[in-house]
Amino acid sequence: MSSDAEDRTRSQAEVTQEATPGSTRQEGRPIQGSAWKRLTWPARRVLRTAGDRYDRMAKPARLGVSAGMVVLAAAVPVLLPYVTADSGYWTSVATKIGIAALLALGLNVVVGFAGLLDLGYVAFFAVGAYTFALLSGAGRYAIAISRSQPNAFKLLPTWHMYFWLLLFVALLVALIAGVVLGTPTLRLRGDYLAIVTLGFGEIVRITATNLNSLTDGSQGVNQIPHPAINVGSVHYNFGLNNEAYYWLLLAVIVIWIFLLRRVNDSRIGRAWAAIREDELAAASMGIPTIQMKLLAFAMGAAVASLGGVIYASQIGFISPDSFQLFSSDFGSVIILAMVVLGGMGGIAGPIVGAALIIFLPERFRFVGDARFLIFGGVLVLVMVLRPQGILPSRRRAAELEGGEVRETSVFEARQAGS
Amino acid sequence: MGTALLRLQGVVAGYGRGDVLHGVDLTVEEGAVTCLIGPNGAGKSTVLKTVSGLLRPKRGRITLLGRDIGGLSPQAVLSHGVVHVPQERSLFPSMSVWDNVLMGGFVLRDRAVVRRRIEHIADRFPIVANRRHERAGSLSGGEQKIVEIARALMLDPVLVLMDEPSTGLDPRARQLVFHTITEINEGGRTVLLVEQNARSGLAIAHHGAVMESGRVRLEGTGSSLLADPEVARLFLGAAPANRG
Ligand SMILES: Nc1ncnc2c1ncn2[C@@H]1O[C@H](COP(=O)(O)OP(=O)(O)OP(=O)(O)O)[C@@H](O)[C@H]1O
Ligand SMILES: [Mg+2]
Repeated sequence: MSSDAEDRTRSQAEVTQEATPGSTRQEGRPIQGSAWKRLTWPARRVLRTAGDRYDRMAKPARLGVSAGMVVLAAAVPVLLPYVTADSGYWTSVATKIGIAALLALGLNVVVGFAGLLDLGYVAFFAVGAYTFALLSGAGRYAIAISRSQPNAFKLLPTWHMYFWLLLFVALLVALIAGVVLGTPTLRLRGDYLAIVTLGFGEIVRITATNLNSLTDGSQGVNQIPHPAINVGSVHYNFGLNNEAYYWLLLAVIVIWIFLLRRVNDSRIGRAWAAIREDELAAASMGIPTIQMKLLAFAMGAAVASLGGVIYASQIGFISPDSFQLFSSDFGSVIILAMVVLGGMGGIAGPIVGAALIIFLPERFRFVGDARFLIFGGVLVLVMVLRPQGILPSRRRAAELEGGEVRETSVFEARQAGS
Repeated sequence: MGTALLRLQGVVAGYGRGDVLHGVDLTVEEGAVTCLIGPNGAGKSTVLKTVSGLLRPKRGRITLLGRDIGGLSPQAVLSHGVVHVPQERSLFPSMSVWDNVLMGGFVLRDRAVVRRRIEHIADRFPIVANRRHERAGSLSGGEQKIVEIARALMLDPVLVLMDEPSTGLDPRARQLVFHTITEINEGGRTVLLVEQNARSGLAIAHHGAVMESGRVRLEGTGSSLLADPEVARLFLGAAPANRG
């Protein structure tokens, strides 16, 4: 089947869908709903038509729009000085949004595509950060310093060029960690999986705290080297240039989105959609459900790990405290909030969610700690008014509105017999 | 006819600790419709799940044309040409009818084959063509069942396992389902049918088997079971009353 033809039938199907599910939602909130609907009509209209337009565009046009967005995103550090006097600070915020967006896009594969509730996602971010911190030699250096070894300073890591190699190594380590942690647990369903993954996050953090001889425990690791490019006559050290990290993140995100779109449009994407809706039925269609879930889990882990490497190499310091469940930067719960707020199952949703959740608290820094209150209020408000998130994928929104996603696990049956 | 397509010998299976099937022996002849009847909880659905790989047998042999298929994964069983239309609703409710039927061909790698098959199916089942863009969840129960059967044909199966396809349908929809089963069978496919509407089921079946408490109690031709006073006393009288 040519993918163009498939796309067209899909979007036509979605047009016919729109008439039906909307009406049931209106009935749920008759009075407040209609006032709200009238007020926000323009915004919703823009969001929806923008999404529709994009979906219906011919391939070259879509490519053009995407390229335009990438160029725009790449131009942000260049444009910031024209917008704000404090452009250095806002560039660092933009970099933070980059890491958050990468993590949200990774978690979205697990939660949004495969439908697995993962509350320990930060574990893989930590795996990446620590893999880089330890393999770059910074860990050895930190331990030598805290033990006051003579000549400890000689261990100061300087070999930046290996960043790219270590980036790759960290990716492999996280893939393996994802498969190892996922294999026994992905047989569990919904709530149980959430609890077990919650445990992962804590296990990794506690291991990092107690593995004194390797990670220097709760002291953390500092002096993590920055990336550098050293090809031929090009010598460039990322150092403390936030723009450089921003562009690196942007490149990783673009590659990831490209891969994700390819995967999601393939039979793997269809398999994920089927598993989300009805796992038992998916299994009887011959979909290898465990492998498909494992694939999503490992893909998410790998991306989080890349984020961790870039984060560690930029900040230069990590400690177990950087990877708390509720950490206000990249805690598992915050990343999940980005995905849910932005809208699951698509590409734009998690990016928007990440941008808002990092940007808003920074923007309202002047009100002090009250900003977290405001922030929490905004989150609750959005979730009440738009439970499917700001920019959900069409398919995911349909599933939520249909309210028919069943949770049956074939593995209760399969395992019982084995 | 006459050769055994599917054969179960002493199959023991269950969920968790207790066994549900205590040694099931059953033969499904090639090209025939075999109807399995029995009271609620007898283990009829469990037999079908064990054959289709959703449940692993603990003991016993399941063979398809002599090849052992017991304990294979659902994918592997599908690739042997055995498809299962389960008792529960199994369409993906928020996918379109068309996408649902496409899903039936998930294990097929060749897109040209998939397209040829789905076009053929759309010709044969008008509902697939006419309502292709509708959400499967918005179809009525009877309509969904027809789409499920259509979807099962995507793999061009040799054996179709059908679990109570007529339950919950009005008389006309039920008739359509039975008619469709007969058609499928006349197209050369073997059907193993589980039915609560035992009279209608046995009427279209060449062979019948009666299950009770995890064992096959009686086997015979459809008409001989219909005429058997013991069967009539045990099931035929009660079944229609149970399940309108
Ligand atoms: N998923 C399951 N987990 C545990 N026990 C089950 C499960 N499914 C069925 N059983 C048990 O297995 C036994 C046989 O069930 P099965 O569904 O095979 O019966 P059936 O003959 O198909 O009945 P019905 O006519 O009601 O569909 C029942 O006692 C039931 O409690
Ligand atoms: Mg049953």
